[in-house]
Amino acid sequence: MTALGHLPTPANTVAPERDEGHRRGPAGYLLMIPGTVWLALFFVLPTVTLAASSLYDPSGSLLNGYQMTWHWQNYTEALREYAPIFLRSFLYAFAATVVCLLLGFPLAYAIAFKAGRWKNLMLVAVIAPFFTSFLVRTLSWKFLLSDNGFIVQTLSSLPAVPDDLRLLATPFAVITGLAYNFLPFMVLPLYASLEKMDPRLLEAAGDLYASPVNGFLRVTLPLAMPGVVAGTLLTFIPAAGDFINDELLGNPRTRMIGNTIQQLFLQAGDVATASALSVTMMVVIVLMVLVYVRKAGTEDLV
Amino acid sequence: MTRARRWLGGHAVMIFALFVLLYMFTPIFVVALMSFNDPASRLGYDFDGFTIDNWTHVCDPYQLCSSVTTSLKIGLLATGLATLLGTLMAFAMVRHHFRGRSTANLLIFLPMASPEIVLGASLLALFVNANFAGQLGFWTIFIAHVMFCLSFVVITVKARLVGLDPSLEQAAADLYANEWQTFIRITLPLVVPGIVSAALLSFSLSFDDFIITNLNAGQTVTFPMYVWGAAQRGIPMQVNVIGTIMFLLALSLVLGSGALRRVRGRTA
Repeated sequence: MTALGHLPTPANTVAPERDEGHRRGPAGYLLMIPGTVWLALFFVLPTVTLAASSLYDPSGSLLNGYQMTWHWQNYTEALREYAPIFLRSFLYAFAATVVCLLLGFPLAYAIAFKAGRWKNLMLVAVIAPFFTSFLVRTLSWKFLLSDNGFIVQTLSSLPAVPDDLRLLATPFAVITGLAYNFLPFMVLPLYASLEKMDPRLLEAAGDLYASPVNGFLRVTLPLAMPGVVAGTLLTFIPAAGDFINDELLGNPRTRMIGNTIQQLFLQAGDVATASALSVTMMVVIVLMVLVYVRKAGTEDLV
Repeated sequence: MTRARRWLGGHAVMIFALFVLLYMFTPIFVVALMSFNDPASRLGYDFDGFTIDNWTHVCDPYQLCSSVTTSLKIGLLATGLATLLGTLMAFAMVRHHFRGRSTANLLIFLPMASPEIVLGASLLALFVNANFAGQLGFWTIFIAHVMFCLSFVVITVKARLVGLDPSLEQAAADLYANEWQTFIRITLPLVVPGIVSAALLSFSLSFDDFIITNLNAGQTVTFPMYVWGAAQRGIPMQVNVIGTIMFLLALSLVLGSGALRRVRGRTA
């Protein structure tokens, strides 16, 4: 259900707001104020506080309070200790994003061009995983990948596969879970941009002696680029911060950075290090997004 | 042979797509299946035997049903406020002039682009610094949920408003409706579907959130937090009953509203 808002409706395809229709006067400000105040108090202010907390004296605690000492070493120490976990998080998120793209593109393509009257039903099927709880549906991979489960039993009966094959509690399980959970975020934007494409363009490419492969690479793919960019970001960003999949499907050696941050906050009470890690994560993601969007050459993200 | 191959070539994308849908659907079947599971041990997660006890004794596991109630309460309250504030903002952004439009756009976009762990950590840092760490609970979760639902409400309602045909409102004005009458009798009814889908989206985001909630919950236990806690101790199969009920409710809501729209479309 989470993606209902991303469902492409005819409304999304209409040009952005026209300026001539804007009414002047105080009403605009009055309508904006309540929501803006909420976001200022509970999004902007917290972000500033987080940045400040990352420079606190690391010996502070809930009982003794925290002191601002511009302790930049929090960052070097946090990175020295947790860099491998950081790398692992981005690696898993990247792998999950690639899997989502490989699975999601054909699916979106089939819905946009091949589904005919089944289009709406297939779209509902894409968002159906959202109809049940994130944690409960992730748990079901525990069943699917279990040592006694159908998949492992079938695979290990094959001659080329070792008999003691394990899938659960491996990086494979974590990436499978991540890809499964964020796949709809890839499919919906891809579908939205493919659906706008005029299929006659492909016919034209064919008439001009482009092979199907060439037509796909030079017509379909460039037109789908906004969807690819939006989809990969919508998949990568939440996957990098997620720790539900690694906790439920992984093992202690597959821990991701989100888990470390929440443990430092809630169990160790180490606000300074946890904040430094969160800020680092945010900065890295913003930088990656900027570089990526520039390279992919599209600016309409929302 | 060649004919079969040609058929396969023409339908390869669709066949692959159906396999991907199978990948997306299998876990839901498993949730429904496991709701009838009679587990032999608390440690494994295998199907050991059939029972309907989980359905008849949903509330037996300690705190399970109270956590669902907590999630429902927070979901309803947060959805109410987020939908109200977000709808006002959407109207301002589409219909009114104000300074700082691009800043406002950024402010609405950023929470959606931030990883949840960072949003949750920021809020917790704020509460800790405001000496509020002792009072974490229902209301801090509520604050967090309104914050992250707000942006989704704004973009959903905005999309609906931008897509409205301006000639309908002009027609109302031509027929001597004043601005208020036009708003109540024309604009609002046309925007309501957008507001409803925004509210449904917020509710599902709120009900399902774990990462932000977990950081700001104190001793309060929501349904996702219950499942998280249970995952360390051994999962009662009743969570699958709740998962199945959620799925059936949401599915009937979506299919029902689709059918309603089709019936309306036919009569109109």
